[in-house]
Amino acid sequence: MSGRVAIALLALVVCFAVLAPLLSPHDPNAVNLSGAYQSSSGAHLLGTDASGRDLLSRLVHGSRTALIGPFLVVVISTLLGTVLALAAVWFGGWFDQMVVRVVDAVFAFPGLLLAILATALFGSGLNAAVVALSIAYVPYIARIVRSAALRERSLPYIAALQVQGVHGLRIALRHILPNVGGLIVANATLAFGFAVMDLAGLSFIGLGVQPPASDWGAMVGTGMAGVLQQHPQEALFASVLIVITVGAVNILGDRLTERWEARS
Amino acid sequence: MNALLEVDGLRVRLPVAGQLRTVLRDVAFSLDRGSTLGLVGESGSGKSMTVRTIARLLPDGADVRGGVRFDGAEVFDLRTEALRSYRAKDVAMIFQDARAYTNPVRTIGDFLTEAMRTNDRMPKSAARKRAQELLAEVGIGDPERRLRQFPHELSGGLLQRVMIAAAVAARPRLILADEPTTALDVTTQAEVMAILGRMQREYGMAMLFITHDLELAGAVCDETIVLYAGQVVERQASVRLHEDPLHPYTAALVQARPEIDRRVDRLPAISGHPTTAYEAPDGCAFAPRCHFAQEECRAGVPPLLQIGPSQTRCVQMPGLRGHMAPRQHAGSASNEEVQR
Amino acid sequence: MPAPVPSGQVKAKQRPTGVMLRFIATRIAGLVVTLFLASLVVFGALYAAPGSPLTYLTHGRTMSPDAIAAIKAEYHLDDSIWQQYLRWLGGVVHGDFGTSIIYNQPVSSLVGSRAFTTTLLVLMAAAIVLVLGLAIGTLAGLKPGWLSRSAMAGATGVMAVPTFVGAVVLIIVFAVDLEWFPVFGAGRAGLDEVYHLVLPSIALALASVAFVARLAQTAIRQELSADHVQTAISRGLPRGAVVRRHVMRNAAMPVLTVAGLTIAGLIAGSVVVEQVFQLGGLGQFLVSSVQQKDFPVVQAICLMYVAAFIVLNTLIDIAYTLLDPRVSIGKKDS
Repeated sequence: MSGRVAIALLALVVCFAVLAPLLSPHDPNAVNLSGAYQSSSGAHLLGTDASGRDLLSRLVHGSRTALIGPFLVVVISTLLGTVLALAAVWFGGWFDQMVVRVVDAVFAFPGLLLAILATALFGSGLNAAVVALSIAYVPYIARIVRSAALRERSLPYIAALQVQGVHGLRIALRHILPNVGGLIVANATLAFGFAVMDLAGLSFIGLGVQPPASDWGAMVGTGMAGVLQQHPQEALFASVLIVITVGAVNILGDRLTERWEARS
Repeated sequence: MNALLEVDGLRVRLPVAGQLRTVLRDVAFSLDRGSTLGLVGESGSGKSMTVRTIARLLPDGADVRGGVRFDGAEVFDLRTEALRSYRAKDVAMIFQDARAYTNPVRTIGDFLTEAMRTNDRMPKSAARKRAQELLAEVGIGDPERRLRQFPHELSGGLLQRVMIAAAVAARPRLILADEPTTALDVTTQAEVMAILGRMQREYGMAMLFITHDLELAGAVCDETIVLYAGQVVERQASVRLHEDPLHPYTAALVQARPEIDRRVDRLPAISGHPTTAYEAPDGCAFAPRCHFAQEECRAGVPPLLQIGPSQTRCVQMPGLRGHMAPRQHAGSASNEEVQR
Repeated sequence: MPAPVPSGQVKAKQRPTGVMLRFIATRIAGLVVTLFLASLVVFGALYAAPGSPLTYLTHGRTMSPDAIAAIKAEYHLDDSIWQQYLRWLGGVVHGDFGTSIIYNQPVSSLVGSRAFTTTLLVLMAAAIVLVLGLAIGTLAGLKPGWLSRSAMAGATGVMAVPTFVGAVVLIIVFAVDLEWFPVFGAGRAGLDEVYHLVLPSIALALASVAFVARLAQTAIRQELSADHVQTAISRGLPRGAVVRRHVMRNAAMPVLTVAGLTIAGLIAGSVVVEQVFQLGGLGQFLVSSVQQKDFPVVQAICLMYVAAFIVLNTLIDIAYTLLDPRVSIGKKDS
């Protein structure tokens, strides 16, 4: 699968999320207990779940939580990680050492575990999990950006700018940041894929998006009952969408990384 | 008696981005037992590729035409075991960048004894003893400690001496030295060259010595071959090369070097860029940069002319011989020789 | 003849025992500091949460002042946070994680019986990751061609499969359709438990197998094209020896290190797998305790997971630095 196919698939998922109310043939939460586990038909293109809710509508609506949570996680962690890393490289000395220590300490918490701890404290749902994952992802971004910025900083042109009396902040923002920008984008993309999996996993074990709201991870979870009764559609369809989304994001991230590596 | 190494009509093409690119064209020379032949040229001239072809170290997909005969046997006909034995016993290679060409996670002792233990089935203690002798021979003190060290713990010069020790360990009949001193600083260079020369004489090995330094080739080698764009353009006894170059390219190389007893305002550089074999024009490859180029030079690929014991690939020879003086060549009044 | 070079000219990067011991000591000190910070986070989180700890302990029920006083006394809620923390930490060091609010039993006894299943699950998954991941990666690296390419494309695909999705697919195929393996539960102790953990450990290992395979393949490709391999070939060594002594040996250290870190990462993934297969290990207990707000249990399990993760990471880091001569001690950060 090439980068273009990946972008096209992602664009499609984003369209689902944006146009969900228009694209859904039914109310995703409309229960019809007499119509449980229907197979595909004109009325229900992908059939129905255990409560007779339309699967297609639920899957289309599920793309919203599948994208918005990971998006927030990536934006927050990338911003925090980049700022920390650039500041650490720029100020150096004890500040740099402190950032490295803190980042190492946060690194000791696996992202999913921190998210579980957060839902224990603040209640189940996306909000706490997003904040927790954002913090847990900061070390990955910060480490990569820091080492790239350190390399960049050691280049002669930075010394030349300093000799010319260009302000430090300006050098960091106008020269170092754009030069490590490609790397940041590549890693943010890869982090997005991990965030999709972590948040879906959290919803799957019942600590993330709460029923009856539709979410792909949660649908795999509720679909487990159907799996045991020879009705695996709900779990399978949601799984396929997660895998396609994560796969497309990963391929895009790999291509961006390759492009960045080819540059240097 | 036949020559130790005979290279004959050698054409090598390497796959680059799905296409075969010519790197060597019609390379032919021979090397006698125990003698030293220099191979001089700019980067891209094909000198490294020549020795790699001889050691059969070409990348997958390389297309080789012509022949390389070692002691009468065709090297490209050798099958697995025969090829291993050829590399293990007959030829040895010394690479330019000793650090990149030694395994960073294995000790010097491992590096030196590995071939003895694998190829010659030498017991460990005997191999280590032999390795210590070899280190002493290349002038490395405290061999016992060195054997336990890793490559990154040794300086570049020391590591290149280890390389030389490893190369001569199996008493090969031919040493292929690919710019063995280029990566070293000048003093270390002289030491390493002295050791290499001494080992070669003591062990009676022939050597193909690659360098971009015409003067170094002259100091080390009996004869020198000049390569340009994947072709041999001149072959002469090294002592003659400086005084009486037989190709305008060689003449330009000689003049581009500063000399200690000559003071010039400006060194005459060779105009234009060096050409590689695959982008060489029809006719003489050097013609676009040559001050003496005529219509006939561009007509077709010049043949290798025999002039006495020497060879040249210039169609204007021997007419041009002795007329390629610096002033004429640079064509500028500003680099008149000034006697000190 | 040039004189032997004096030893002063050696680029001194010697690694005497003293330096190594100091390095190990530094890493272990770092480990202790990180563990301490982790305990602070795990304990302090309770106070960062909205509402007072008392609300959690009473589960929001209205209680008589006497009952509240009893709870306050039991959990020392009138002490300062630091006193409470130190008391808790002191207990943890002695293996006492407090009392479960829901079960009214010592957390240590509740947790201990469940830890075995989780450990077995992670160990089985680790074995699968090492054996399969390294085997696939090595073969793909040494034998380029369509098989290698499709293996790597497959690995890229598998890496996009979240653990729980892999688990569900495995259940559908091997438990529901083929009925080769049980769907739920950890079975009886012994071989039966191993049998019950086959599907869960495969599900847990799947993405890591793909990752390690890709990693090993890349590393072996890179080493194959390294200059020093040309030297080994030029010396007439048999291909087997070149591959074993120069390609595999050099690729091994970095690959094993990252594989080790990946295995440490399985600890977090096991929570989800235990939930899918209802294994009744630490992870499933953690999730149910979170849902029931049984804080002493949540704290204990989180701390155990983080400790296992950090200790593994530190051990791998120390092993790598000591065993790979290319890494110079004390210069790893930049």
